[in-house]
Amino acid sequence: MRHFVFEVRESLMIALRAIRANKVRSVLTMLGIVIGITSVVLMTTAIKGIDNAFQSGISALGSDVLYIDKWAWFGNVDWWKLRNRRNINMDHYEKFKAQAKLPLAVAPVINSRQTIKYGDRRVESVFLNGSTSDYLATTNFTFDLGRFYSEIESSSSRYVAVLGSEVAKNLFPLGDALDKAIKIGGVNFKVVGVLAEQGSFILGSFNPDNQAFVPIGTIFKHFLGQSFGSITINVRAQTPALVEETKAEAEGIMRKIRGLSYHEENDFSINQQEGLMSNYNQVVGVIQVAGLFITGLALFVGAIGIMNIMFVSVKERTKEIGIRKAIGAKKRTILGQFIFESATICLLGGLIGLLLAILLSMMVEQFLPTSVQYDAVILAIVISLITGVVAGFAPAYTAAKMDPVEALRYE
Amino acid sequence: MNIINIEHISKIYQVGSEEVHALADVSLRINKNEYVAIMGPSGSGKSTLMNMLGCLDTPTSGKYEFTGVNVSQMSDNELAKIRNKEIGFVFQTFNLLPRSDALHNVELPLIYAGIPSTERKERAAQALIDVGLGDRMHHKPNELSGGQRQRVAVARAIVTNPSIILADEPTGNLDSKTGEEIMLLFNEIYEKGNTIILVTHEEYIAEHAARIIRLKDGFIENDEIVASRYIPNFKSTQDN
Repeated sequence: MRHFVFEVRESLMIALRAIRANKVRSVLTMLGIVIGITSVVLMTTAIKGIDNAFQSGISALGSDVLYIDKWAWFGNVDWWKLRNRRNINMDHYEKFKAQAKLPLAVAPVINSRQTIKYGDRRVESVFLNGSTSDYLATTNFTFDLGRFYSEIESSSSRYVAVLGSEVAKNLFPLGDALDKAIKIGGVNFKVVGVLAEQGSFILGSFNPDNQAFVPIGTIFKHFLGQSFGSITINVRAQTPALVEETKAEAEGIMRKIRGLSYHEENDFSINQQEGLMSNYNQVVGVIQVAGLFITGLALFVGAIGIMNIMFVSVKERTKEIGIRKAIGAKKRTILGQFIFESATICLLGGLIGLLLAILLSMMVEQFLPTSVQYDAVILAIVISLITGVVAGFAPAYTAAKMDPVEALRYE
Repeated sequence: MNIINIEHISKIYQVGSEEVHALADVSLRINKNEYVAIMGPSGSGKSTLMNMLGCLDTPTSGKYEFTGVNVSQMSDNELAKIRNKEIGFVFQTFNLLPRSDALHNVELPLIYAGIPSTERKERAAQALIDVGLGDRMHHKPNELSGGQRQRVAVARAIVTNPSIILADEPTGNLDSKTGEEIMLLFNEIYEKGNTIILVTHEEYIAEHAARIIRLKDGFIENDEIVASRYIPNFKSTQDN
């Protein structure tokens, strides 16, 4: 054991001395590993960033909310079957609300895309969300200004609107949206509230920040006929633990309301954030594999560079190997010496790469909320060490099995 | 006591389709505290014999007992251990590690022997003082003269207290005066009770030894005790 410690320390000294003796070459060799490690760490960090953005975005949807819909978000039901389903209408919603005991809140939702104008300013194709005042309880919304529309405003279909933060920012750069009259699809509405920033860019127009909220009656009246389009019933469970129970109850009630007999399939879907999640994971999984493959390739090229240089180094130091062997270095010692040298170069390269990645990720942070995590740091160190050992092995083995007589004669 | 006991050793190299008999049926005994010179023209097999004696190579056939242990069938690692503990090499081209200072060069065999750092440094420093380089410990080889480099090599050879010191043309790269100084050093080491085997083709260097073995075409042509060996005595030049 003591012996082993000596050999390690001696190997480290030799490695550092050799690296110092060939500074330019060592730096150039390291460059491959630096680039490899930088790209691996950045990739990991970027993936983590996208992931975080999605997670926080999706949590704005609420993990305890069910969406009863004609359409299934995911799954393998044929599109035409979904299309042939009967619409869900306000009548279904009223009956559902009356019968369901478990939900914390139930709200009907219908969407339309409309242009919103205020003076010269306009935002095209805003996702307009029509619902009742109960809608607020199915979300985790917080407000920058004002409030959500009230029960009276929603039941009497008043022309009041709540704007998502992004929409409000575009229409009212000065932040003075409250009580202003805006035009939605040519109809006058009064702004009663502005949401605080909610989700993340990843959800696109499904991000509440890019939406506007109005009483459902105004949508039916001006933007689509009541017979047209199917509504979604948003159902929020009292606690996340009660989601499954709430879902079972909802399914039973919906079947009853829709008059389905026991042998008929559901002609509605109960969607959950979870489905979005698994779908997302598939997509991101592919990106991850592809990204890591490409960055892995960079690292692989770096490793080949190291191996190449180590072969040169072994050849150059044939005489030194001969001297060491004559003096009593065992095969194992020589093997260790060169593997150590290669690992040291890679570790140094890895640390530089890590530093670069941290600096670059600070730039990336402008677009994507992310930072280099501890696991990426450990990953970088472990990967560079493994690369060094693997790339150094073949050259080191060549050195270890040299014949001392031949090696001493080498000039 | 026999340190080296070689019985009917031969070494055959395959060069292309031809077999070269570098050593043919050589038998040899060397006792403790002998001073032996091995001589012969190039191609006589003296390098091969030296490699064999130094456990750098193994014979094709025959038996080599080193301090009573049969080393002719040993593995590379076992041979490395013998070289480390029992043999001190001095080469014609010094063969020091260019990037290490004198002290570290002398320490090297002790590192491979697993001697702890403090003891190692003490012993290496003492060896350098013994060869007259106490004030050059932290000089790198390229900051030393040829004679000083060879002294470092001698210090490296004696630092492990080996059973034999094997010197291959130790004065070959030195001018005659510096060469004489190195031979004087060997003489001191010999007089302290060490065993020295000197490989050379220079008659006047071989005359320092107490026994001369002459090789020719892989055979021992002649093996004689020198009646009156040349003893160098100009100690005054040692510190130049």
